[in-house]
Amino acid sequence: MNNAALTDLIIKMADDELIQGHRNSEWTGLGPVMEEDIAFSSMAQDKIGHAWALYRILHENLGGQDPDHFAFIRKEKAFKCSHLVEMPNGSYDFSLMRHFLFDHAETVRYESLRESSFEPFQQLSRKFKGELKYHTLHANAFIMQLSQANEESYARMQSALNDTIALAAGIFEPSAEYEEELMVAGVYPGEAALYHRWLDRIYPVLVKASLNLPEMSTVTPVYGGRKGFHTAYLEPLLKEMGEVFNLDTEANW
Amino acid sequence: MSQTILIEEVFQSLEHVMDPEIPVLSVVDLGMITGVDVEGEGVRIRMIPTFAACPAVSYIQQNIRKTVEQELGIAVTVEIDKEAHWHSNRMTEAAKEKLKNFGIAPPQVIEGEMRAEIMLETPCPHCGSEQTYLRSPFGSTLCRAIHYCRSCGQVFEQFKPLE
Repeated sequence: MNNAALTDLIIKMADDELIQGHRNSEWTGLGPVMEEDIAFSSMAQDKIGHAWALYRILHENLGGQDPDHFAFIRKEKAFKCSHLVEMPNGSYDFSLMRHFLFDHAETVRYESLRESSFEPFQQLSRKFKGELKYHTLHANAFIMQLSQANEESYARMQSALNDTIALAAGIFEPSAEYEEELMVAGVYPGEAALYHRWLDRIYPVLVKASLNLPEMSTVTPVYGGRKGFHTAYLEPLLKEMGEVFNLDTEANW
Repeated sequence: MSQTILIEEVFQSLEHVMDPEIPVLSVVDLGMITGVDVEGEGVRIRMIPTFAACPAVSYIQQNIRKTVEQELGIAVTVEIDKEAHWHSNRMTEAAKEKLKNFGIAPPQVIEGEMRAEIMLETPCPHCGSEQTYLRSPFGSTLCRAIHYCRSCGQVFEQFKPLE
């Protein structure tokens, strides 16, 4: 197996976790009710833990840099996160819808790694499974509740879904260079397969919530993040996230 | 000294290493220890964190090393075991009892696939009532959920089941 292909895949997965984790953490102290404040803070911690575990694989198995340095000192161009996770939190409906779409995507991805030919992925898959159940449980519960509460909340959830779906589909941006190789080597089933599994997973919840999934053939996924092309929101986020670390990059915390 | 006695002593010593977030439970109670091997003049202890992002892991690792070194006067190395993964069924029955007495509801036993429904009607650790509901699957630490007891009117925490 080519290390460059594995490295590319891991960086994409890890950067999504790190940036989504950072966005979740921005709800700390600002959540609409205390339980929600705690929920987003806990999920932030889990996501950053996932990113850390992935950066550690890069470091220990694939000759990559120290995880902290890799997370905090890289240039914006070297990040491979999707545009979905870069977007500012905006309103709570957007944050919840992103949480719902992202966490189901994450779940199908890590489930698929259970049988990966790359052994460290098998262990991650087992480890993350139980944690992710709580994330999707939380997301599903809020999608249901807000879609059924009243007309305004229903309308806001539907418009959040309409606004977020193309960004979320962008999670599954394939790599022209490595995709085929990773699939043949049995590392993972590839982005297209995960995309379809994801749709199968979100669709029944949306139906139960009476939300209409836009016709996916008319949705153009927002690609670019995986190749290092980012929205204007990523640079300021990275600056803020690395601010303390960059005061003294060699300090021992 | 024979190896079996030494390993037993290491386990006794490990019972004195408490979880920093739940000070009534030791690392043995929690099922965090996956192996103890004698290596030359010292021992090698393998452990696993409960949650991937548990912030206390390196702190616990240090506490294990210091405690066992001090109590037994031998060299100790503590490693994270990457082969094993923690799940809440690893917690001992004695641990669940201690947890309850500390005011935290213990995790339900998971059989097969974990379903969220098993968290409904978690018995209240204060009054024992099952007239409770899950307020949030997330609590003050990664391993806890928040419930409310309709009988005694109190909010309580649970160590959540994790598969």
